[in-house]
Amino acid sequence: MDKIIEFSKHVQFTLGDSVLEIIYLLASALFILGLKKLSHPDTAKRGNTLAALGMIIAIIGTLFLHRYHGHKIGNLGYIFTAIALGTAFGWVVARRVKMTKMPELVSFFNGMGGAAAALISLMEFPYISKELIAKYGMLNWQALVIFLGLVIGSVSFAGSMIAYGKLDGFIKDIRTKILRVINIIILLIIITFIAFLMTRGQIDPVILKPYVYLLLAISLLYGVLFVMPIGGADMPVVISLLNSFTGVAAAMGGFLYNNLVMLTGGILVGSAGTILTILMCKAMNRSLFNVIIGAFGGGGAAIETEQGSIKEISITDAAVLLSYSHKVMVVPGYGLAVAQAQHLAHELDKLLEDKDVEVKYAIHPVAGRMPGHMNVLLAEADVPYEKLLESDEANSEMQNVDVVVVIGANDVVNPAAEEDPTSPIYGMPIVKTLKAKNVIVMKRGMGKGYAAIENNLFYHEKTRMLFGNAKDSLQKIISEVKNI
Amino acid sequence: MEGILEFIYVNAEAIFIVILSVFLGIEVISHVPAVLHTPLMSGANAIHGVVVIGSIIVLGHAETTVNLILGFLAVFLGTLNVVGGFVVTDRMLDMFKKKPKKLN
Repeated sequence: MDKIIEFSKHVQFTLGDSVLEIIYLLASALFILGLKKLSHPDTAKRGNTLAALGMIIAIIGTLFLHRYHGHKIGNLGYIFTAIALGTAFGWVVARRVKMTKMPELVSFFNGMGGAAAALISLMEFPYISKELIAKYGMLNWQALVIFLGLVIGSVSFAGSMIAYGKLDGFIKDIRTKILRVINIIILLIIITFIAFLMTRGQIDPVILKPYVYLLLAISLLYGVLFVMPIGGADMPVVISLLNSFTGVAAAMGGFLYNNLVMLTGGILVGSAGTILTILMCKAMNRSLFNVIIGAFGGGGAAIETEQGSIKEISITDAAVLLSYSHKVMVVPGYGLAVAQAQHLAHELDKLLEDKDVEVKYAIHPVAGRMPGHMNVLLAEADVPYEKLLESDEANSEMQNVDVVVVIGANDVVNPAAEEDPTSPIYGMPIVKTLKAKNVIVMKRGMGKGYAAIENNLFYHEKTRMLFGNAKDSLQKIISEVKNI
Repeated sequence: MEGILEFIYVNAEAIFIVILSVFLGIEVISHVPAVLHTPLMSGANAIHGVVVIGSIIVLGHAETTVNLILGFLAVFLGTLNVVGGFVVTDRMLDMFKKKPKKLN
């Protein structure tokens, strides 16, 4: 009997821990389920909610049940304040930002996660287990996990911030070959640095602190230079890659604290993110290696040969052409997004439908700045789902189309992807606008697309250019169409 | 070498989970339509916000002023990642909500 009482006391002591483990298990299951549901259009929203629920229970469980070396979580006041501030700020930013800015936002939040992972490593570094150091010196698993968390987290943070800046347009691409060489050198320096730190033998980690801050600085620099030479069109791929980096950095924290929910969540995002990155590369017919090395835009010089003259079209002519067509295909691109012209595009399509013109939209998988970006924007403007065709479907209907209206898209309609094997985008699936009878291209000017290559579509005999801001042009066409 | 063996011994459970999670992640994500790439990335982005748990643990045991400040920052940034990530994903998915019929 005494033994049982003794045992039950023991159980009492670990009850909180076991409950926490169960909560973590539940949270991990919810993450997996959430991710699974997120990959189907019908269940995606519920998937997101489930994952969020998992996160909430994991956080609450940690706050009240977690024990670290026998101590409960302290500083609760600070923690609650930080969570409250983070929630308020995150919520407001996420709600207020325009739909077109969504990719930037994902990149920004990703960077925040990376920064948090790096900070954890920075703070835990002086507390590497004394036993481990006595036994193996700095060459122990805690040190390794801490350094990896620090490096990956800070690369992810700095990289995401640069990606954010590039998408927002205030950071320009720097494409020099030297940068690639510099990047490889810095990466080697980082690896050597970690090796240096880990071979310091039995030392008090506090002494190494200045070096750790130096490692942090180099990693941040690497993050900046890693993203710098990558072209803007590849930003989604980079963000997805950095996203999986942050996942891995979070998992390092999971190792450090032997915290299973951090581990599952982090690794899950790490591997799912990597696959997603590869899928995105496939959608653009590029290899991940090419994206990282930045081969895009490198060989654009040879292509600017075969140009003819450009033929413009007036607003009135465009309106007439559209009104008397049977079938119109709209090919939206980033220009439509920046001009916030999705509502006008829908207005025009309703007007044309009233005149018995069939209007469809051809959505290239990477139109805009992110896969699925256009679908989100057009759905926001209430364009019915069944009007949105994927490129393959659109291409098979193309020969029956009278007019294709390209609104602010460039690389995704560039025939060079099919015709010119020397083109950097050769092999990328495109919307085959030239199979239609007429093409109207709405564009701000003769500037090149994100891939920075010439587009022969603009010089084709079937093509008519309509220069100007997409919103203004659409507005004018709409009033003309109303008058016809 | 011994260090590595001890690492494997101490973290055997964790290593199992890592390897299984890698496969799980791959399995769960494959065959995603391109339309969902962005929301999915955004959702995954929110999930790695689980790093906030580490931030809470580290701030929960912070003693020096510097660590209190850094820890506070870590919890703040981690929460930003979680809340922002889930809310943005939710907003994106709202756009897909009202679709009458499937494409034929």
